[in-house]
Amino acid sequence: MEVTLSVKRYDPESERADVYYQEYDLEMEESSTVLDALIQIREEIDGTLSLRCSCRSAICGSCAMRINGQAGLACNTMIKNLLKSNDRIIKIEPAGNMNVVKDLVVDFAPFWDKVREVDPWLQHSGEEPKEEYIVPNEDMLHLAGVMSCIMCGACVSDCTALEVDSNFLGPAALAKAYRFVGDPRDDADKVRLGKLNEYGGMWDCTRCMQCVEVCPKGVDPMGRIMALREAAIKAGHNKSYGARHAESFSELVGHSGRLDELRLPIKTFGIFNIKEMLKLIPVAIRSQMAGKRPPIFHKSIPGVENVRRIFDKVENRK
Amino acid sequence: MKYAFYPGCVARGACPELYEATIAICSKLGIELDTEAMKSASCTGAGVLQEKNQRLGDTLNARNFALASKSGLPLMTICSTCQGVMSQANQRLTGDDKYLSEINEDIAEEGLRYDGNVDPRHLLWIIVEDIGIEKLKSTIVRPLKGFKMAPFYGCYLVRPTSALGFDDNPGREDSLERVIEAVGAEVVDFPGKTLCCGFPILTINETNSMNMVANHTMDAKERGADAMVTPCPLCHLNLDGFQPKAAASRNTKIDLPILHLPQLLGLAMGLDPKKLRVNKHIMSTKKLLSQLAVAP
Repeated sequence: MEVTLSVKRYDPESERADVYYQEYDLEMEESSTVLDALIQIREEIDGTLSLRCSCRSAICGSCAMRINGQAGLACNTMIKNLLKSNDRIIKIEPAGNMNVVKDLVVDFAPFWDKVREVDPWLQHSGEEPKEEYIVPNEDMLHLAGVMSCIMCGACVSDCTALEVDSNFLGPAALAKAYRFVGDPRDDADKVRLGKLNEYGGMWDCTRCMQCVEVCPKGVDPMGRIMALREAAIKAGHNKSYGARHAESFSELVGHSGRLDELRLPIKTFGIFNIKEMLKLIPVAIRSQMAGKRPPIFHKSIPGVENVRRIFDKVENRK
Repeated sequence: MKYAFYPGCVARGACPELYEATIAICSKLGIELDTEAMKSASCTGAGVLQEKNQRLGDTLNARNFALASKSGLPLMTICSTCQGVMSQANQRLTGDDKYLSEINEDIAEEGLRYDGNVDPRHLLWIIVEDIGIEKLKSTIVRPLKGFKMAPFYGCYLVRPTSALGFDDNPGREDSLERVIEAVGAEVVDFPGKTLCCGFPILTINETNSMNMVANHTMDAKERGADAMVTPCPLCHLNLDGFQPKAAASRNTKIDLPILHLPQLLGLAMGLDPKKLRVNKHIMSTKKLLSQLAVAP
């Protein structure tokens, strides 16, 4: 099976300290992975190529990189699944949103700093049990997915919020935070959720689902972030714009059955929030001039009482 | 072919031009829209209501699906966000019988029941799957030759692929590019086409949201785009409505017109730009229309 790997190269210590793509033509087996190809390049063609890898079994999480523009593990990505009849080139780049040390090796220090920031250990209050902590099996099942995280950084690589804001905690650290918030043995939920409710925390996720798509272990980081948001609102952390946005949206739909776009920002920010209200004025003027504003008199959907009844039933469900 | 038409909140709110343009092009494509079937349907929750209560979102969507099912017609959306939220809800509802029967209890009082038999689909997918690119081409009387169009899908129309049926319908992956080519325009490929427009965090972290608008529109522009095309009205609100603010944050002008998918098709079908309400955007489309020699 003929394949060409176009690998993004960068070596700050070489004379040529710039970024460039180098192509390698290879003959691979039907069963070969991208990692097999990279190792073959390093062993047989070009010893200067740097990459991280270890287990070759999608367990250690070392070989996350961008393959044809999307983050994934090189060791569990089959070459034959990437090839098209008219395209035999595979683009290999280092993971995104992290500084490149050399070639495909990125600096994970900020990644670990963020994981540490969420206090990733069990915080039990009260007396320690004499033996192990006993938890019913079903109470831990919802954590099985998030506990499969191998800290490979694929989600961080392709996170669209991190791309514009390195302050954001990111999907891996937030998923790890959920692993403890959702653990029945942990008693620090209130403090954890309060901290995660702040700037750079759970509300800065854009819900773009990149992390869901690229995670090689089915952790569903965004799903965990949504669960954190639900938990934060339930725990009374409802002052952030994120929480207020979700609550206002829900309230408006519960009232008329559909979104009232004029009232949503006003309700989210609060009508007496002068700074934010002033910021809305140019937007309103531009929309008005373009003839593009939503109707001032918002109509409910026909049979809205059916929607209101559903709100009552589901919101009051235990 | 006839469809139960679910326009979503934004096409009847801040983007009325999308609604008008959709009605105009559907008759050209032989798509018959039943605008009554989903009249009492609610908002999908847009992923926002789900932040507070996912089960509530699933119940509202189950109710909408039951309404579509009652009409006996396939369900059509014109919003990437509605599509994604519906697909994800449908995946949860149809993947767990116990969950679905509990949800059905909560919509039963209205005489509704959802049996998991609805497959909501975006107009874009209906065009490439039911109508076909060839039929679309046959409606084109004013090919957009020489125009460069940058596609912008909206996250919910591309991820997660498992909920969106990409395995069974691999053609969905590049559907927007194929439609752009079918109307005679050239596709401007850029990495941002499947990324976030920033709208979901507009009221939460405006700086990040504006950076996303600026990054995508400037990148498309630098690659030679005459306009950007999106099947998502929420992306449109940010990329069009907040482009002046995003440009100001970078001390520059971007001036990239953002078209709704049906507006692009309508222009190539020779429809009156006024009817398509192409002149009702924040970012001026005057230059684009004069190049097309159809200035209203």
